[in-house]
Amino acid sequence: VSSPATVQPSCINNIVGAQNVITSLGELSAYCVDGIAPQIAARPANAAEVCELIKFAAAENLAIIPSGARTKLGIGMPPSRYDLAIDMARLDHLISYDPGDLTLSVEPGVPLVSLGEALAKHNQFLPLTVPFYNRATVGGTLASGMDSSLRQFYGTARDFVLGMEFVSGEGALTKSGGRVVKNVSGYDLHKLFLGSIGSLGIITRINFKTFPLPASECIFAALFNSIDEALALRQKISSSPISPSTLEILSPEMISLLLSGDAVSALGAARPSESEWLFAANFFGSPAVLERCSSELQRMAEQSGAKKAALISDPARQYIFSRLREAVPLILESAPAAIILKITALPSNLGEVLQFLDSESGRYNIRSAQLIRGAGIIYWFIFPDSPEAQKEKAAIRQEVLPAGERHGFQATVVACPWEFKRVLNVWGPTRDDFLLMQRLKRAFDPHNIFAPGRFVGGL
Amino acid sequence: VNQHLIADLEHLLTREHVLSRPEDLLLYEYDGSVEVARPNCIVFPRDAADVVRVVEIANRHDVPIVGRGAGTGLSGGALARNGGVIVSFARMNRILEIDIENQRAVVQPGVVNSDLSLAVAHAGLHFAPDPSSQKACTIGGNVSENAGGPHTLAYGVTTNHVLGMQIVLPDAQLVRIGGKSLDAPGYDLCGLLVGSEGTLALVTEVTVRLTRSPEAVKTLLAIYDRIDDATESVVEITACGITPAACEMLDGWTLRAVEAWVHAGFPLDSAAVLLIEVDGLREASVEHASQIIKVCKLHGAREVRVARDAKERDLLWKGRKNAFGAVGRLSPTYYVQDGVIPRTKLPQTLREIDRIGKENGFEIGNIFHAGDGNLHPIILFDARDHAQFERAVSTADAIIRFCIEMGGAITGEHGVGMEKDRLMPLLFSDADMQLMRTVRDAFNPAARLNPGKIFPTGKGCGEVRINPLPLSGNLTQAPGQGPIPS
Repeated sequence: VSSPATVQPSCINNIVGAQNVITSLGELSAYCVDGIAPQIAARPANAAEVCELIKFAAAENLAIIPSGARTKLGIGMPPSRYDLAIDMARLDHLISYDPGDLTLSVEPGVPLVSLGEALAKHNQFLPLTVPFYNRATVGGTLASGMDSSLRQFYGTARDFVLGMEFVSGEGALTKSGGRVVKNVSGYDLHKLFLGSIGSLGIITRINFKTFPLPASECIFAALFNSIDEALALRQKISSSPISPSTLEILSPEMISLLLSGDAVSALGAARPSESEWLFAANFFGSPAVLERCSSELQRMAEQSGAKKAALISDPARQYIFSRLREAVPLILESAPAAIILKITALPSNLGEVLQFLDSESGRYNIRSAQLIRGAGIIYWFIFPDSPEAQKEKAAIRQEVLPAGERHGFQATVVACPWEFKRVLNVWGPTRDDFLLMQRLKRAFDPHNIFAPGRFVGGL
Repeated sequence: VNQHLIADLEHLLTREHVLSRPEDLLLYEYDGSVEVARPNCIVFPRDAADVVRVVEIANRHDVPIVGRGAGTGLSGGALARNGGVIVSFARMNRILEIDIENQRAVVQPGVVNSDLSLAVAHAGLHFAPDPSSQKACTIGGNVSENAGGPHTLAYGVTTNHVLGMQIVLPDAQLVRIGGKSLDAPGYDLCGLLVGSEGTLALVTEVTVRLTRSPEAVKTLLAIYDRIDDATESVVEITACGITPAACEMLDGWTLRAVEAWVHAGFPLDSAAVLLIEVDGLREASVEHASQIIKVCKLHGAREVRVARDAKERDLLWKGRKNAFGAVGRLSPTYYVQDGVIPRTKLPQTLREIDRIGKENGFEIGNIFHAGDGNLHPIILFDARDHAQFERAVSTADAIIRFCIEMGGAITGEHGVGMEKDRLMPLLFSDADMQLMRTVRDAFNPAARLNPGKIFPTGKGCGEVRINPLPLSGNLTQAPGQGPIPS
């Protein structure tokens, strides 16, 4: 791979205007990915400018990383090359919104918060409540693949993105899907962009299906002596007619990290002691539905061995909801060197996987905390004892990442200090479908200019 | 070539599982669409290893390969447009695993859609996609076409319920994508494969999500004297933030055809009925039903009936799901279109369909998934009258062009296949089509699998040239070719 000598700012100036080009080292540090700064950053105003930038980059062999609010750029491996940052924040228009059709078309730079406000005026919302919610853009959220606790009920973006427009590696403005809620015209190329961290192209427009805001919501919280009891409640709910919109379980360490001090009072009667696990499920509906859900949940929790339980209404509910949503940034704020793994497993297998993690933690003397989602996801937060994190890295590299197949889970590292990536392959081993991913990468990005090296298997 | 090909296939699968006599080929030259294409032979593999071998043999003889489930598809997806080997999955019809606790099932592609739901009903679960052909169509076919159905309004289409697959690529490699657990690292290959109409790979195993069946179901029949009142009710129900489990509409013409056969209790003198279902918790279904009744009455429903029990409910649904069979009593040949529009555009679109029909001398019946704006106009024609057939197709095309003008798409759930390949440029630019082709080539480089589908080929009907969006000016076509009117 030949690297370009230097990027000529004048060419980029011609495309986006000099005032939208960043060349000073100080400002460029904001676009750093895993310690690597680009030579230049451009802030295009529209899809046409993005196309021009890509064509220029393809001709000059410049490696590109697009970004929104830059809250999740740490996902993935360090780029093998990185010349040009494309800052999508100026593509921040809500293109069209048809509340009557429950459909929406937006540019990727729209912040989730302002999108939420626009939808709330019509009693609608998007179930994209992801970490860094108050800063994140919609495009970055989709590209990052970060999931929301609301997936329990609403699914993930793949279930409510109707179509996309994007710029491929040849600089061509391209689209797939459409703006209607049901559509099988052509390949669903847009699904490939979800979680692709900018490795296939740059999203310039997203069409969504929106959802009616719930009439009212509650969190049912219950405390358990053991994870097995909490998981038993999860299983009972999944075979009942009750369908909560979130279902999360917090390890005792997680509770003290997220809900310590004053925050704990929001839990009301479910105030935990030091060794208890917290089960929290958000559910919604009319007063009659809420009453039915809470009495069923109460009964099922008792059967599962709950010690205490509480029904949490707004505003305490919103507070708990946002603390759980922001688990990743809250923990990184207090422990910047934390290593965070996302582990997916079958719901019935969660107990066994947690036991395995627990035994490895014991063997390597690792401090950790867990946030578990009912759909079959464990966020495992590891707190290294030393800046080098020798034993923690060893445990992840030698024990956890390779054990997925044996124990029926898949693990990826979603956040860690970038220096650790010298020895940690954050994506874990590739599988036999990797050959198809390589072919797709070549199809979308023939010149290999989009975030090279960051994605699965070094794509 | 043909004799050697068939000998090789018979050697692999035994003579019993290879069909090549002319009378057999006739049975496989059609599917649920109005298209016809004859294969060289049909093979019935037993497992993935057989499929791999079949692909190797087809490659050696340089002939196309086309996967086929039950052949109920409505866009010609399972037809061998350029001849070749049809791989029927009829013998690969085993449910391999049912995991009640995790609400998953692993099935072979030939499993019939409703058989899977029946097999898990004892645990209070079902497979959510429910195309009208669900008693015949297969999960493999559902995956290829990304099949929908009435209840996908609330529960999503096939792609929302597929988690993993085993596939055979055209170079005979066997690959697993996705899996039983969620969020496999890497690109969402399942998301790409579902709905790719058999043009990327042959599917030999599917892992699906099972859905908990609701505690309570209420089925309503709202009866209207004016079509506009019915469509406006649908718009209002959506706008109120109620998502029914299903919201189907039958216009007067269609419901009379259905009633004469099924006796579902549809009122013969009405202009339209809405068949609306709400489900979920007992409390929620009662509330939603009463809200919907209120909206329907407010928008001029003459009467809203509520099915009293499962028997009445099943009868109403029998009327809906057997509608196309009922139409078959009126005319041996009919053309079911599949367009989709934003739901708020329903009233004006139905008026326009009526106008287009009259202009072309057809009475067009409408029976469709109103809740998600997925239209199914039915055009009756006489297949012996070729001019009339061409006029039926051009009438259908005019309807689709109007759907696109309304912000819709060329197909909501039936697929592009060989029915609408020529219409793709109405929605997609050259760049869009080029990238889709590049992706197709990444999986299926020689177009070995299901050639002549999705992408305008210029074969068969000849080169048809259509202007891409925006829709201005007239359509043009190569002289003397194709069913597109100028």
